[in-house]
Amino acid sequence: MKNLLAELRTSLLLTLVFAVVLCGAYPLAVWAGAQAFFPRQANGSLVTDAAGNVRGSALLAQSFTSDGYFQPRASAAGTGYDATSSGGTNLGPTSQKLNDSIKAAIAAYRTANGLAADAAVPADAVTSSGSGLDPHISVANALAQSGRVAKARHLTPEAVQQLVAAHTEGRDLGVLGEPRVNVLLLNMALDAASPKAP
Amino acid sequence: MNHPNAWIQFALYVGALLFLTKPLGLYLVQVLDPRGRTWLDPVVRPVERLTYRLCGIDPEKEQAWTGYTLAMLLFSVVGLLFTYVILRLQDHLPLNPQGFPGLSPALAFNTAASFTTNTNWQSYTGEATMSYFSQMVGLTIHNFTSAAMGIAIAAALVRGIARHTAKTIGNFWADTVRVTYYLLVPVCFVFALVLVSQGIIQNFQPYTVAKTYEPYTIQVPKLDAKGNAVTTSVPKTDDKGQALKDDKGQPVMVDQPVMVDQKVDTQTIVQGPVASQIAIKMLGTNGGGYVNANAAHPFENPTPLANFLQILSIFAIPAALTYYLGRMVKNQRHGWAVWGAMFAMFVAGALVCWHSEDAGNPIHQKLGVAAADGNMEGKEVRFGIFNSALFATITTDASCGAVNAMHDSFTPLGGLVPMFNIETGEVIFGGVGAGLYGMLIFVVLAVFIAGLMVGRTPEYLGKKIEAYDVKLVMLVLMVLAATILGGTAWAAVSTWGQAGLNNAGPHGFSEILYAYSSSVGNNGSAFAGLTATPADGDMHYNTTLGLAMLIGRFLMIVPILALAGNLAGKRLIPASAGTFKTEGLTFVLLLVGTVLLVGALTFLPALAIGPVVEHFLMRAGTLF
Repeated sequence: MKNLLAELRTSLLLTLVFAVVLCGAYPLAVWAGAQAFFPRQANGSLVTDAAGNVRGSALLAQSFTSDGYFQPRASAAGTGYDATSSGGTNLGPTSQKLNDSIKAAIAAYRTANGLAADAAVPADAVTSSGSGLDPHISVANALAQSGRVAKARHLTPEAVQQLVAAHTEGRDLGVLGEPRVNVLLLNMALDAASPKAP
Repeated sequence: MNHPNAWIQFALYVGALLFLTKPLGLYLVQVLDPRGRTWLDPVVRPVERLTYRLCGIDPEKEQAWTGYTLAMLLFSVVGLLFTYVILRLQDHLPLNPQGFPGLSPALAFNTAASFTTNTNWQSYTGEATMSYFSQMVGLTIHNFTSAAMGIAIAAALVRGIARHTAKTIGNFWADTVRVTYYLLVPVCFVFALVLVSQGIIQNFQPYTVAKTYEPYTIQVPKLDAKGNAVTTSVPKTDDKGQALKDDKGQPVMVDQPVMVDQKVDTQTIVQGPVASQIAIKMLGTNGGGYVNANAAHPFENPTPLANFLQILSIFAIPAALTYYLGRMVKNQRHGWAVWGAMFAMFVAGALVCWHSEDAGNPIHQKLGVAAADGNMEGKEVRFGIFNSALFATITTDASCGAVNAMHDSFTPLGGLVPMFNIETGEVIFGGVGAGLYGMLIFVVLAVFIAGLMVGRTPEYLGKKIEAYDVKLVMLVLMVLAATILGGTAWAAVSTWGQAGLNNAGPHGFSEILYAYSSSVGNNGSAFAGLTATPADGDMHYNTTLGLAMLIGRFLMIVPILALAGNLAGKRLIPASAGTFKTEGLTFVLLLVGTVLLVGALTFLPALAIGPVVEHFLMRAGTLF
């Protein structure tokens, strides 16, 4: 019994000491280092416009629907692109609901981008991402959309394709992950290149 | 799988893991010895001594297995209550800029059990439920302590195997403190800063409201002045759209919320101390994310490089512990044999999962999805098919449970791999500590089976394995299997169990089976369509899954510590010509066979009516 009480006392005290070290000192030390060396990343990689307003995060997708903008992947986060409610559809491979939504997305994508009725569509263009906030689309998806964007903005297709190429991120260290295009940054570059709103 | 680049990534990963095993293993030898020396001594030693003094710990005083177990259980109970109270009272505690209310009792219990047991199942949406204080104190403390305890228990079992005619297996407090201070905190500090450089956030600001480029309109329920949803009475219709009539021919009326248009022209961006939590979430194989989407969320896993480091950190300590085992039992070839068995099963699982996801879904391909792109539903573009499949395999080989893609949306066989990995007992490198002590259970069983085959008393590293030892091993294996299958069966035939499902048909059953496997295995990943915290407040899932986690953790650890104590007390017998060698290819094959047979025989029927049947239905084009 004496042993039990002694061990219980140690349990309580060690929990408190750990709370101070692991939940106080440690995150504060990381916070100090992060704010000193990587303040942009540590505060959410926010992007601002010329007037200094925060317009989003370079790491988070936001909704773009008009023809003159590149469109991100579908989002199941909240009511769509809700950064406070991240998540996927969690629909399985034999789900009727998923099948219907992909079918509708393929038809819409082909129509919007002037593709043939039997053209294969990039998978990322018609599926929802895991987070619902995937900031990227595949290079194939971006190129398929570039004709539509060029037309809506009265730019040459080559000019838009060049912008896509300039905003294509390669594999990390040349080997890790997949090549990708950041939709928000590309759209901001589009606005800079052709200031007339779409 | 004709992607040379993916094979290079695989080779890089394996190379890095192999490279880390020995140096980190040697470091563990020093950390797990109260008199060990490390190059961090000048900085950490004073903090360690102060901690001992404040808490009344004598690190030199070793404990018998009973004392070790008692300390472990008391520390866990105190930690569980600590977190439960914080979660219930978070609205009265500091660092709650979003003003989140306290959690309900069932959810607070589930979450406290989840983090105490290193499961880190998330029954809640982190960014919409937890205050910074709850995340940073209530949850993060367990990320460290549950990991440190796992390693401590593995070390105690290894001591039990290495020692002979001994009464003690180490000091629980010293093991836990030293692992935390010398291993987890220093690595996490550096790791967290590297992750911040990749884009993970670390701040204490309130959420940022950004003005988005293209406003859009959504439908939301109309609220009255008190914030309650306004409803209107409408005739109820059947699924063909016909109005339903009651006995008297009157239309049946139901209340329906009134929907109004709402213009959305802002995006609220989550902030908080994320990086410090993510570093230990991965290194400690915890897996409980800061946000709901876990490591699929760009703020938790922004780049492929961050992804690579995170999956490397999952396996780093479990792999190093096999080297620690070899060093402590003075048979390095045995340590490498255990590593090899784990490695073989890891590679096999990764290849199957990758192949299935790469092949994609024939139903969707028929609709017009590019076949070469694989199954991208629930995956992120920056990771692609290969890194999503690799992450899913690793996170379930280990008891990590972080996810960088939604397992629920994997192809049937791609989703079977994570589920089966968990059901092996997470011994494929496994959780920190938990992987090694789980695998040693199978080692004892494999040695026992080998002994039966040749008709000799089984020996393991010079110790006779007797009836008592094998009974403890079987107790562990049977309790885990019974809890997974029993829980699944109960939920599958209950209204509350079916109410939580997001998918119909065999996939719905898979969601339930995955939930109980993940809880008992202390994994924490999910077929996340399953709703364990329904709007109507039904407590069944949160309560049964919470209990499953506690059973999976403590009914495993206690018999293992008893085994450690029993092995420590045995006398050494000299090896003879008939001694079964616990090294080399024969042993590796026997060990892999034991793990697969016990896993396969127990869970094959359940897997057959879940993912296996779904695979054939998908090939036939059946939808639910």
